[in-house]
This record gives sequence, structure tokens and C-alpha cells, in this order.
Amino acid sequence: MDEVLIGSVLASTLRVTTPLLFAALAGLLSERSGVVDIGLEGKMLAAAFAAAAVASVSHSTGFGLLAAIGVAIGMSMVHGFACVTHRGDQVVSGVALNMVAAGLTVVLGIAWFAQGGQTPPIDSAQRLTGLLPQWSEPVPGSWFGSVVGHGLLSHNVLVYLAFALVAVVWFFLERTRPGLRLRAVGENPAMVDAAGVSVPRLRYTALVLNGVLCGLGGAYLTLAQNASFSPNMTAGRGFIALAAMIFGKWKPVPTLFACLLFGFLDAVAIRLQGVSLPGIGEVPVQLIQALPYILTVVLLAGFIGQAIAPKALSKPYVKER
Amino acid sequence: MSSQALQMPRWMDLVLLPLWNLLIALLVAGGVVLLIGASPGQALTVLLDGALGSARGLGYTLYYTTTFIFTGLAVAVAFHGGLFNIGGEGQATLGGIGVALLSLWLAPKLPSVVMIPLAIVAAACFGMLWAAVPGYLQAWRGSHVVITTIMFNFLAASLNGYLLVNWLRPNGSMSVESDAFADSARMPAVHELLARFGVEWPSSPLNLSIVLALLACVFVWWFLWKSRAGYVLRAVGSNPSAAHYAGIRPRWQVLAAMGLSGALAGLVGVNEIAGVQGKLTLDFVAGAGFTGIAVALMGRNHPVGIVLASLLFGTLYQGGVEVSFEVPGFSREMVVTVQGLIVLFAGAMAMVSAPMFAKLYAALTRKSRAAQGKSHG
Repeated sequence: MDEVLIGSVLASTLRVTTPLLFAALAGLLSERSGVVDIGLEGKMLAAAFAAAAVASVSHSTGFGLLAAIGVAIGMSMVHGFACVTHRGDQVVSGVALNMVAAGLTVVLGIAWFAQGGQTPPIDSAQRLTGLLPQWSEPVPGSWFGSVVGHGLLSHNVLVYLAFALVAVVWFFLERTRPGLRLRAVGENPAMVDAAGVSVPRLRYTALVLNGVLCGLGGAYLTLAQNASFSPNMTAGRGFIALAAMIFGKWKPVPTLFACLLFGFLDAVAIRLQGVSLPGIGEVPVQLIQALPYILTVVLLAGFIGQAIAPKALSKPYVKER
Repeated sequence: MSSQALQMPRWMDLVLLPLWNLLIALLVAGGVVLLIGASPGQALTVLLDGALGSARGLGYTLYYTTTFIFTGLAVAVAFHGGLFNIGGEGQATLGGIGVALLSLWLAPKLPSVVMIPLAIVAAACFGMLWAAVPGYLQAWRGSHVVITTIMFNFLAASLNGYLLVNWLRPNGSMSVESDAFADSARMPAVHELLARFGVEWPSSPLNLSIVLALLACVFVWWFLWKSRAGYVLRAVGSNPSAAHYAGIRPRWQVLAAMGLSGALAGLVGVNEIAGVQGKLTLDFVAGAGFTGIAVALMGRNHPVGIVLASLLFGTLYQGGVEVSFEVPGFSREMVVTVQGLIVLFAGAMAMVSAPMFAKLYAALTRKSRAAQGKSHG
């Protein structure tokens, strides 16, 4: 039985980590360029809705994905217009995006589909399913079949894309010229400006990339994890992703591990309900679900290492004339 | 948030610009109403009639207004201290928990004259302590209050769920809520009080908390603009390093601003738990903490503005419910959308239209100055 349990915990950890990872990397790109992104939650929610609405109407996975990415980029552009172009408060703008997304997805869902804010279920032909269907269930009695097969190889393309993107984002930020500039604009925009590179253009670029990733994260929720959109289905994942990004100290690889940790907690939270752990006793499920938030607060307070944010984070840049 | 480069008279900055931003938000919302195939005109008529057209509707509107005054004041006080408190949701939840724990414990033994003031104190203290932790962490440990208050919102919801599921739910009950409180812990409803004086008023959740809310407004006004402590707090909010140089310790002011802010948000528990529910429930704050951000932004962080903005949002909430009954295809979440649009246009994009107004004003004054010049010449 052990191999079945380990395999299925591993598989569900990777599944719940995926949307966190997309959103956390999205937040990371934006924040490394100096733009706070509290709006991850709203962008994911709107993207999830767009993916489900378009995929169920057009019967096309591709259109669903494109719609999700388009909507998320659009919201990122509103954020950029408010905070980069007009130097509005980045936190206020993010909060506004979350509210608009929470309201609008339900309003449009009820008006268009008349199913209490849900979208119609997406046909199984349009859903993203595991690339290797033979591993969709763990194989009792086979460690390889359960842990490697079901645990690691049973997933859909977006799961692998999310993990691959960690390497891509790392390479982009650490080894390419635009990545270096993007990091520089989050640390010292005046210097980047003096070097003749446009601060707003860099920040908008970061926000476009952020929109693409938020769109993928949202689309994953409706096209892969669930078969339809339901109101407020992100349920705080955007904020967990934000927490993971801070926990990962605004760096891709540590962010990956933070996402995996939070995903693991989420995956085992239900299994641990009512289970008495040796030496600790029964852990309330609410405590396990709250752990990511507690850990982030403790980290931010400097009790487990320092979390150093990009220096120019949340500061609008005013060009000297 | 003001810009020195833009020359504008005070009334333009304080009245015209917010109204203009509100108008844009409402126009965009009207576009959404059109998009879902409803008529904005009809929606607006039903909304206003449902919220203000009857005594019952007005009661509901004022009940929502009460809650929004508390959360709006909370955001405003923190803002004057230079902090952005997104944690109203969690602080209000803790306020409700405070009311509930005290009421379940003492209400059977105490008369309401003692019980209600105690409940108010409990709500304020629980909210204050919950907000003081992020305040302390920002002031002494350097963690940003925006992030920690977001985290504390989730922690408060988890704590409330834990208490209800494991401790406060009566044995054998399926619904996740506490026992009903004894009558002495109930904030008197306005319609019951009026009935005692022979005035007929239809039943609504409006209760005496509205008086508490108005008193809180007066107190906040006095505190911020008339008291020494409030002056110090505002000084730190507008320029921490100058305040520090003047011998003020900013750290304690951060703590004070968050504490007072949390106490005000906690009072939501008096309105919702002691005033309406009469028991502790899950998610009774229902987004009011976030509405407080919109209220404070619209009300320009001033108690008078906050009362007006709370009335606006109370009208929207109560009216929105009525519209969702009357107009097919319309849902009450439209109100959340409108709220988000108001935060977007009146908050994040508040200064987008400012240059236009500044130019307009400059053009107008130039014309009148030119005209004056001619008449003198």
C-alpha cells in the first residue's frame, strides 16, 4: 500500500503545485521589475473564467488558452497603465483588479450561462489530460509504476511546462541581457534610465510576461484540474503564490521549492484530517491550510532568514527632466 | 497622493475629482450592465428605489452603511499613519470572535446594560490585537504591513473556522455556527426601539451600532485633527524621517495607527454578530473589509467623506440585492465589480484625470484674469 500512497501524494502535490508555480513566477517577473503584484489572484480567476467560457463555447482548447492569456495580459496592462504610466499606488491597483475579477466573473457567468456563475462543463475532448494515460492510476505492488509512473509521468502538458518555466525564468533573469535589465529596473530604475533604456517599456514587458504566466495558471485550473469554472475557484491560490514568491526570496529556484512545499501541505491537508501524528497529536486541518501564511509571516519577520525585496519595489519611477 | 505640479483649487481636488472618478467607474459599470443584456437605466431606478424608496429598504441600507463606516474609518486611520491596512477583513472577523466568546461566556449571567458595553470593548480589543501584530512586525521586524495583513486575513478565517468546527458548534448540529447568544448580548434593533416609542418602522437588521459608528466618526475626527496623539500619528504618516527628527518615535506610531485601525475594524463584529446574527457564523464579514478600502478612497480619508461614501456603498449593496431580484440576468456580484471599479478609478487612477482638470482650471483662470486685466486696463 505504501507505494500507492506515496505515488498518489506525489502526483497530487505536483498537480496542486502547478497553478501556484505559474502565478508565483508571474509575480516574480513583475516584482523583479519593481511592480508589486497583489492582483495575481484576480488575474488567475479572470483567466480561469475566460479559458472555461471560451473552451466550452468554441470547443477548442487552444482558443481557451489564448483567451485566458489575453485576459490576463489585459489586466496586467490596466495595472501598468495605472501604476507605470500614471504612477498610481500599485497595491491599490492590485486590490482593485482582484475585486473586479471576483465580481465580473460571477456577473458574466450568470448572465451568459445562467448556471449560478458556473460555466458549462468542458467536453473531455477539450480538457488537458495526462500525456501518458497508462499511468493515470497508481499500480499496487509496483514501486516504479506507482511512484515514477503515476507520481511523475501521469501529468498533462501544463504541469511539465510550469516546471520547465522555472529553468527558463532563471536563465532569462540571470543569463540574458533583457533579464539583467529587468532586474536592474527593479533595483535602480534611475541607473537604467541613465543608461538609455526605457523604464516604462521594461516594466510593461515584465507585465506582459506576467500576464502570460497568470493566464496559463488560470487556464490550468479550468482546462486541466476542474472541468468548469465556479465562482471564486482560485480560493486564495494567488495569495499563496505571492507568499511562495516571497518565501522564495524573489528567486526562481527557491520559489519552486516554496511552491512545492505549499503544494505538498495542500495535498496532505485532507489526508491528515483526523489522523493522529506521533508526538504531535491530531493536527487541525485549518492549521495545515494556514501554514503557508504563517511561514511567510515568520520569514518576513526575519525569524528564518531575511527576505530581501527588490529595492525599487512599489516605488513609481519619475524621470528627472 | 497630491501632486505639487498641478495647481487646482481645494474644491476641485476634494469634490470634483472624486465625483468625476466615481462617474467614470459608474459609466464602465453601466457598460457591463449593457454587456449582460440588462438596461442600466432600469437597473439604476430599481437600485435607488430598492435602497432608498421604502423604510424597510432604508433600514437595510443603513445597516450596510454602519459596517462600511467602521471598515472605512479603519483604512483611513491607518492611511493617516502612512500604512495601508488590507487586513480589515481579518480584524473584523476577530472582532466578531471577541463578541461571540464573551457573549457565550457571560451573557447568561449579565444584564444587557453591562453586557453590550463589554461586547463593544471585546470587539475593539480583539480587532486591535489582531492588527497590532502586523503593526509590530512592520515597525520592529521590517516586514511589510500590506503582505502581513493579507496573510492575517487568511489566518483569521482559518481561526474562525477552527473555533466554530471544533469548539463552538453545539453537539449534533450540522451547520457550522455557534449557539445563539442569550438576549442580553443582543444589540437592540432600531425598529424594536422605535416601536417602544410608538413609531411604526418595518423590521430590518439596522441596530444601535449605527450610533456607535457615528460616535466612532466623531472620535476619529477629534483624534486625528484635535488631539496631540493624532497630530503625531499624522506627522509620522506624512514624513516618518522628519517626524523622527522632531523627536517622535515612528515605531510606536505605526503600532498605534494599526491598533486603532484594527479596533475600528473589530467593531464590525458588534454590528454583524451582536446586532444581526446573534451567533458566530463563518465568513460574516463578507468582503466588508475590502469595501472599506473603496470607502476610504472615495471619502478622502475624512470621517465626513467616509459617512457619505458608506451611504453610497450601503445604497449599492442593498439596491444591488433588489436589482438582482427584479432584473433577469443581473446578479448582486455586480456590486463587487462596481466596488472594484471605484477602487481602480478613484484610487489607483485617481490622478489620471487630474492634469486635465488642472489645465481646464488654468485655462479658466487665465481667461478671467485676462478679462480682469482688460477691465482694469
